[in-house]
This record gives sequence, C-alpha cells and structure tokens, in this order.
Amino acid sequence: MAEEKIIMAGFGGQGVMSMGQLLTYAGMIEEKNVSWLPSYGPEMRGGTANCAVIVSDKQVGSPIITNDATAAIVMNRPSLDKFEDDIRKDGKLLINSSLIEKKASREDLTVFYIKANDIANDLGNAKVANMVMLGAYLEITKVVKVESVIEALKKVFGPAKEHLVPLNKDALEKGAEAVR
Amino acid sequence: MMQVVYEKTKGLTDKQTHYCPGCTHGVIHKLVGEVLVELGVLGKTVGVAPVGCSVLAYDYFNCDMHEAAHGRAPAVATGIKRVLPDHTVFTYQGDGDLASIGTAEIIHAAHRGEKFTTIFVNNAIYGMTGGQMAPTTLIGQKATTSPYGRDQATTGMPLKVSEMLATIDGAAFVERVSVHDVPNIRKAKKAIKKAFQVQIEGTGFGIVEILSTCPTNWGITPVDSLTWLKENMIPYYPLGNFRTPEEVK
Amino acid sequence: MSKTLMKGNEALGAAAIQAGCKYFFGYPITPQNELPEYMARELPMIEGGAFVQAESEVAAINMIYGAAGAGARCMTSSSSPGMALKQEGISYIAGAELPCVIVNISRGGPGLGGIQPSQADYFQSTRGGGNGDYRHLVYAPATIQEAVDLVMEAFDVADYYRNPVIVIGDGMIGQMMEPVEFKELKKRDLPVKDWATTGTNEERKPNIINSLALDPAELEKHNQKLTRKYKEMEEKEVRHEDYQVEDAELIFVAYGTTSRITRNVVDSLREEGIKAGMIRPITLWPFPTAAIQNVPASAKALLAVEMSEGQMIDDVKIAIEGRLPAYHYGRSGGMIPVPEDIIEKAKEILGGVK
Repeated sequence: MAEEKIIMAGFGGQGVMSMGQLLTYAGMIEEKNVSWLPSYGPEMRGGTANCAVIVSDKQVGSPIITNDATAAIVMNRPSLDKFEDDIRKDGKLLINSSLIEKKASREDLTVFYIKANDIANDLGNAKVANMVMLGAYLEITKVVKVESVIEALKKVFGPAKEHLVPLNKDALEKGAEAVR
Repeated sequence: MMQVVYEKTKGLTDKQTHYCPGCTHGVIHKLVGEVLVELGVLGKTVGVAPVGCSVLAYDYFNCDMHEAAHGRAPAVATGIKRVLPDHTVFTYQGDGDLASIGTAEIIHAAHRGEKFTTIFVNNAIYGMTGGQMAPTTLIGQKATTSPYGRDQATTGMPLKVSEMLATIDGAAFVERVSVHDVPNIRKAKKAIKKAFQVQIEGTGFGIVEILSTCPTNWGITPVDSLTWLKENMIPYYPLGNFRTPEEVK
Repeated sequence: MSKTLMKGNEALGAAAIQAGCKYFFGYPITPQNELPEYMARELPMIEGGAFVQAESEVAAINMIYGAAGAGARCMTSSSSPGMALKQEGISYIAGAELPCVIVNISRGGPGLGGIQPSQADYFQSTRGGGNGDYRHLVYAPATIQEAVDLVMEAFDVADYYRNPVIVIGDGMIGQMMEPVEFKELKKRDLPVKDWATTGTNEERKPNIINSLALDPAELEKHNQKLTRKYKEMEEKEVRHEDYQVEDAELIFVAYGTTSRITRNVVDSLREEGIKAGMIRPITLWPFPTAAIQNVPASAKALLAVEMSEGQMIDDVKIAIEGRLPAYHYGRSGGMIPVPEDIIEKAKEILGGVK
C-alpha cells in the first residue's frame, strides 16, 4: 500500500461518516498518515453524506479526493451516480446491492456487489450495514488490519457502548466473507 | 476651630471634568463614587466608560476603567465580570450609547442576568456630537436632526428603557430616578447603592436610569434645565422602581 | 504524548485550552460551530472558566475586549461574515494593545456568500478590516497539527506583543480530521500584565484600557509606538515553508488548504520532469516577502494559487518587485482548485516564459 484514497457515501444515518472515521482511526493506530474530510452544510440534513479518507505511507497532501479515488464505497443510488466517475482507472467500487439495483456503468473498475443491509439484518441490526461494507473493503484492500478497526471501535464507543463491539466485529467479518 | 463638613469622595480622581456648566453628569459621577466607597468595593471595581459625553469617565472614576466602543459597554463588562466574578463591575452609559447603538448589548446582558451594574444617563439628546435627536428625545423636542421637533409619525415615540428592561427576568433591579433637586439626588443615590448591592449579592443584572440635563444642547440655562426635566421628562418617564429582588427590598 | 484523531475545529479549541485559555465568547456560524461547541462543553469544567454565547459577533469581540483587558487569555472564533462584524472590536483591541486569539474558519463571500472553503478573507485579515493604522499577526495553518501548534503559540505571541493574533483556516481545516499531538511549547519570556483591570486594591493608580487619544500629537506618538511593535513582528515572527524550491523554475505560492493541493501538484510536475517548487506562507502577515525576493536564480515565474479571485497575489507582486512575472490561479465561492487545472496553468506559464 502506498496511498489509499477512499470515498464513502450514502444518505444520512447510514453511518458513512463513522465508517470513515473508524478507518482513519485504525490507520492512525497503525502509525500511517491519515486524513478524514467530510462534506458539510445543508446537504447533511437528511440528504447525502460523504467523506474522503486517505491512508498513506507518506505525508498526506491534499485531503480532497477529486478524480483519483483508489476506491469508493457507495451505500445508496445517488452516491453511485455521484461518485462513480471519481474513481481512478482500475480502482475499486463497492456497491451496497441491498439498496442499489443499478450496476456499475464503468468497465475499467473492479466492482463488488455486497448485500450490506440484508447481511446486517441477518445479524439483527440494520445499522451495521456500514461495518459490513467496511469489512468487505478491508478484505479486498488490506489497508489496515481488522484488529486495528476493532481497537478504534473500542476507543470511539468508550465503556458505555462496549457491548456493541461484538456485533460490529461480526458485521466486519460477514462483510469480509461476502467478498472472499 | 475648623471642622470638615464635606469631603470629595475618594471614589473620584482629582481630575477636573470636561462637562458643561449645569450638566448633571458631575452629580451622577459623585453618587457612583460615593456608593463604591461606602460599599467598600472601590479597590475591586472595574468601570466601563461609553462613547458620548461621558467618554472620558475613565479619567474621573478612581478605579480601574475600560473605555468601550460605542454601545458595547455591556459586552465589555460581560467579558470583565466573567474573568473577575468577585469584582464589582459597572457600565456608565448615555442614551445614544445604551438606547440606540447598544440596544442589543444591554438587552442581552440583562437577559443573561450578567452580574454587573449599569448607570444609564438619560438626557434626551446626543450631547457629545452636538445635540442630535436620541431615541429618548421627547415628542416635539427640537434637536439638530429633528429641527422641527421630534415627529412621532416618522421617528416613533421616545424609548422607555427601564420599562422595556423590566420585562426581562435577568434584570433583577430596575429603577428610574432623577437628579433635578436634592431630595431626588438622595433617592438616586439609594437606587444606585441598591443596584450595586444586587450585583455584590450575585442576584443578577441591575440598572439605574437617571434623568439628567443638557443645558448646552437643550439651549436653556442650567436652572431652567432642571425645571424642564421636571416638567417634561418626568411625566413621560415616570420615576420609580420597576424591579427589585426580595433580598434588597 | 500520543496522537489523537481530532476534527480541526475541536483541535483548535483543545489547543487553546492547553495554552491556558479559560474564556471563550462566540456566536454560531458555519463552518466553525464545532469550536464554540467544544468550548461550551470543556470550559465550564475548568476552575474559573467560562463560555458565553454572545448575542452577536459584535458583542462577542467586545466581550473579548473586556476579558483581555482584565488580563485573561481568551479566544473567539467565527467565519467570514462574522469576522467582518468583529473588525470594530479588533481595531479597538489593537489600539488598546490587548492580547487575544481570534480564529476565522473562512467561507466564500462577499456578503452572506456560501459555507464551503474559501480564502477570500486574505485582504480582510492582512489589511486590517477595522479602522486605523494597525496590524496583527495572521497564522495560516495547512494541517490540523500545525493549527494546534500555531494556536498554542498564538497565545504567547499575543501576550508578548500585547496584540490580537488571527488564526485563519477554512471549512476544510475546520471540518477535517487528522491525528494531532499536543506538544510542550518553547516558552517565551512573557511580560507581567501589570496593565490589566484587576482592581486597584486602593494600592496603585487606576489602570485604564483605552484606545481614545483626542490630542493628535499624542495619537501620532501612539501610532508610531505601534508601528515599532509591528516592525518587530515583521522581523521576528514571519514564517514560511519552502518545498522543492532550490532548483525550481516555477515557484508556486500557496497557503493553507491550497498549499496542500499545490504540494501534490509540485510532486506531479516533478514526476514529469518539470522543476516546480512551492513557497508556503505560514504567516500571511507578516508576509514572507524575503523568501519571495530570494528565490533561486533558476526561477522563471511565480504562480500564486488561492481560493479567491486574486488577493495574496498582490503581496507576491509587491515582494518580487517586477523582477519575475507573477501569475495567479484561483477558484472562488467555495470551489476548490483541482490539481489538473493548476498543472495546466503551470505548463501554460512555463511554455510562455521560455
């Protein structure tokens, strides 16, 4: 890995921002250079949410990802339409096929279809669909270790929500399985 | 044998004031200075001077002073009091400063219940800038920017600051007084003292509106000014207490 | 101390508290709200600390005026239109010679403008948006770590010179998260605040905080005194970073967010064999004029990259004194320059200068 530039996008409440933060946190735990840049403003109020995460071996230059994303994780249809073109040639596109029926239109990408919401529902909590996608992404790219994400989760959750760690761990694992 | 019958309060410096002959700012300065000394807080007091005739008040009060931008004295006092909650903080403001450009600051200082005291000098005119109309100028009263007399249709009715602030719960003490004669000066001093006591006890914001004269810009003699105040201002701006907390009643 | 992942706005607040700031006065405006929100959570937990949500930016800066006059380390923050409202207070604070730190997480303008990242407040920050002959330091961090370091230093610098210090970022610096480490600062020898309004205790003459001087001779003397102070700042506090400048033919000048994009551009151009470099002003005032004047002989042109229609370019031109052509590339209104477009502009310039 030299530099991973990931766009994560979905609608508000799909946990897109926290998915990005966890990856960033995990990268930091592994002493990599990281940045997390969210979209902000009125579009956050119920509309689409997205963030750009960079995990790099060298100093992070611009935290903005324009058309050179190494990967994109899209959780809903508008996000696919908006960000498909921002992925570089031969990049990876992870599509939440529980909610997106459309297929990727580019042929130069490696595309993964993951039924994130169905998998999350099977686990008993639709909210961990983001963790399913993150698990799949980590399995594909190995940007950071799953253990680092778990460690980050514990730090972010704190003692009060530590009981949620096993569920999130399962979701990461199921996501990984889906693309194995 | 000589006997001392009167001493200038050490609440004021020895600097000669710039106020016009007959202006009642001097009397009000004296009352505030005396109260600070009588309450034993002079050495732990910070005053905030306004923009207007009393812009140079920082030279006259014998305590630490801060000269604010026009209308902003309550905001400056908020900053000081939050840093020095055990000190006594007051603003000294005229009607242009407080009732016009600084309405947001005074309302919200009262609204937050800031624990400082405001001495509000209402002489129904802009003095420093040369006699322009103030929000407090009376209907029909001539000023350089109301040369035909203040017209209600185009400039509204004079603003009653005490009545307005008395509607705000954070304003613990609100009283309007006058300094046109000795009995009223005595009452004014009592009100000023109570307002400072409210602050010292930490009850909330306190303001004393003091009806004052401006012989120079009103264009009448100092003596006539006192009569004019009594006959014209008091009927519109009734004297009295609008709010007092139980503790100081 | 270990690193923590923090949002820029919150890191700015944490850095201020670390630097001993106990008082914050502010008014909500996007995209800096996480900073006052952080202060509202943290300051009440500190002995004697206070957070006040003011009724306006005008009130907030005047609360700072009062708190700074009382000798406290205090901070306010805002974004572009709110900063415009604060200019009155900043002028008074500079005139009365009080220390404070002001953060501007700027956005597009003029007027209400937008809320996306912008650098269109360069003039407002460096030319003195308020009235009168005054100056203040303007730090422009490019990373969250640098923002933290500069905020902490800003309090010392403000105290040392008795002058407001501005830290300017944009929505990107405010909103993004990066790892930060809170490091011990090199201590400056700071003067005692014997001028503060802390009460006379009836033991000394009253202290007066004031910016009024009705006697022109007195005011001129005061202006001259301030100017000497500003000169000292120009000599001692100017800061910049050189990136690949030594043999560069095209030298970019960019600060804050755009410097990060431009750094990538320099790398891309170098990969293509084009000798590009970048001078990154860390202080916008004082501007790193000497760094621009002393560009290597290899330099053929300068290119200022800004998120504005052209503001810093003026300082670049002043510095280079016509010896080299100085160009501007800018996006505005919250649009962020993309590397490809900057590269194209760079090639166009190099083609033209040959």
